[in-house]
Amino acid sequence: MDTSFAEAQEPVDNGPDAMDRVRAARADFPALNQMVSGMPLVYLDSAATTQKPLKVIEQITDYYHRHNANVHRGVHELSERATRLYEGARDKIRDFINASAREEIVFVRGTSEAINLVAQSYLRPRIGEGDEILITEMEHHSNIVPWQLVAEQTGAKLRVAPITDSGELMMDSFADMLGPRTKLVAVAHISNALGTINPVQEIIRLSHDRDIPVLLDGAQAVGHMPVDVQALDCDFYAFSGHKMYAPTGIGALYTRRDILESMIPWQGGGEMIRKVSFEKTEYNDIPHRFEAGTPAIAGAIGLGAAIDYLEALGRPAIEEWENELLAYATDALNSVPGLRMIGTARHKAGILSFVMDNVHPHDISTILDKEGVAVRAGHHCAMPLMDRLGVPATTRASLALYNNREDIDALLKGLETVRALFQ
Amino acid sequence: MNPELRELYQDLILDHGRHPRNFGGLDGYTHKLEGFNPLCGDRLTVYLKVVDGKIEAIGFEGQGCAISVASASLMTERLKGKTVDEALALFEPVHQLLMTGDLDEEESESLGKLTMLSGVSEFPTRVKCATLAWHTMKGALSGKSDGITTE
Repeated sequence: MDTSFAEAQEPVDNGPDAMDRVRAARADFPALNQMVSGMPLVYLDSAATTQKPLKVIEQITDYYHRHNANVHRGVHELSERATRLYEGARDKIRDFINASAREEIVFVRGTSEAINLVAQSYLRPRIGEGDEILITEMEHHSNIVPWQLVAEQTGAKLRVAPITDSGELMMDSFADMLGPRTKLVAVAHISNALGTINPVQEIIRLSHDRDIPVLLDGAQAVGHMPVDVQALDCDFYAFSGHKMYAPTGIGALYTRRDILESMIPWQGGGEMIRKVSFEKTEYNDIPHRFEAGTPAIAGAIGLGAAIDYLEALGRPAIEEWENELLAYATDALNSVPGLRMIGTARHKAGILSFVMDNVHPHDISTILDKEGVAVRAGHHCAMPLMDRLGVPATTRASLALYNNREDIDALLKGLETVRALFQ
Repeated sequence: MNPELRELYQDLILDHGRHPRNFGGLDGYTHKLEGFNPLCGDRLTVYLKVVDGKIEAIGFEGQGCAISVASASLMTERLKGKTVDEALALFEPVHQLLMTGDLDEEESESLGKLTMLSGVSEFPTRVKCATLAWHTMKGALSGKSDGITTE
């Protein structure tokens, strides 16, 4: 039976016109067209959350205007439509990350929930005292704490592979730390605080050589570069919608089918069951077994719309555009006296963390805000990484497809004001 | 420059942020507490030496933004030699100043130099930076010992 709900997409042209399309895409984001503190908004906080294109906003509105109903239950027209749209989004995600089957995609609230699901539903029954979970020093709290919880519950140990001062994973140490007791490796595809693109293919190969499954935290990657979970051969891939131009409250977990089939449910409720009596409950098939309760239907539809948007622009072109901007921004920031980049890996995505002499990141972001420039200051939900790098916090400018050189120039101008006050 | 920024980063604030007074630990302290602002990672420890109900010495250490360091510095300057009651009585008007930027004339006069911190009230995300030292001082003098956070 053909279980696909998505409509066929036109093939995307990735030629020179694609770059022109990306260059013009800023106009698709209504929130970018406003003044802040009397200055035009320059949004450089997309690693926290991206702005949303009109197409995504319209799809969500359209769903509530015309199709709103609960999914998978009603036999009425609206419910059937809502189900088709919701499940259509699952197909879009499948295509987007090239999973082999739509059943491998579980809707979740976001990356954090995806990782917690794997921790409790996959790992917890399979791990015991003295076993190990291997992560890295550059992980976001959401790829640390769920494993600590499992470790506390089971007596397992969390081990942490070191990074270099430039923010690259030390691969020799990582390989040495893979041992007979390692039950899972969990690594960021791209570091949210440093922008490092990890050598995930090599990480997966080394781990699989020892039959250790690998989870990739794809929160910072999936909206910025093509991701192919089959080519990567990862076992789990977690990501959030809101960091890839979709709404908050929706994300997805990819799990290889045979693994997902073997996992116990983690939340009980409607939707995840086939048959319930007070004596015994039969669970639903994957992926629904892991989606208890009425899901974020509009969110999923919005995520599907964001995928359509990105595919229409062309992900290779988006990646190229952001890489060009990253190079421009890196040069620009390096020209600022007293500024030091934090995270200078050879392979980087559009995340620029930095510190400045005699100024705290919090002061920098307040001053930039008054110039209309939105950046993030703080520990970026990576306190252990900040400790490792010996900085209390950094200022982080992060790029998305709608940014341009003028945004970087505005950032530089704002930093001039910072220097005028503090240096 | 944006006038609100000018109001926030007055020269006196910048000076205290750059060259905090009474910076460092304290020998023979009677009260000590660490304050933490989890939002930005600012962390500072306030030390007080209280003899016969009077603050004979006060110091602080830690790291933070210009606002939190300047506020702590101004606080230590102000509290040295005051009684514990006087110190605690300052908390409310200072807190109100930082939250609203608004005090009546009498209160304003009693705060003196501390009114330089009033620009913070225009920056809701920065109020916690400025109140951190004051919460920590209050906690220390109230006998708390297990740390305090602004959350």
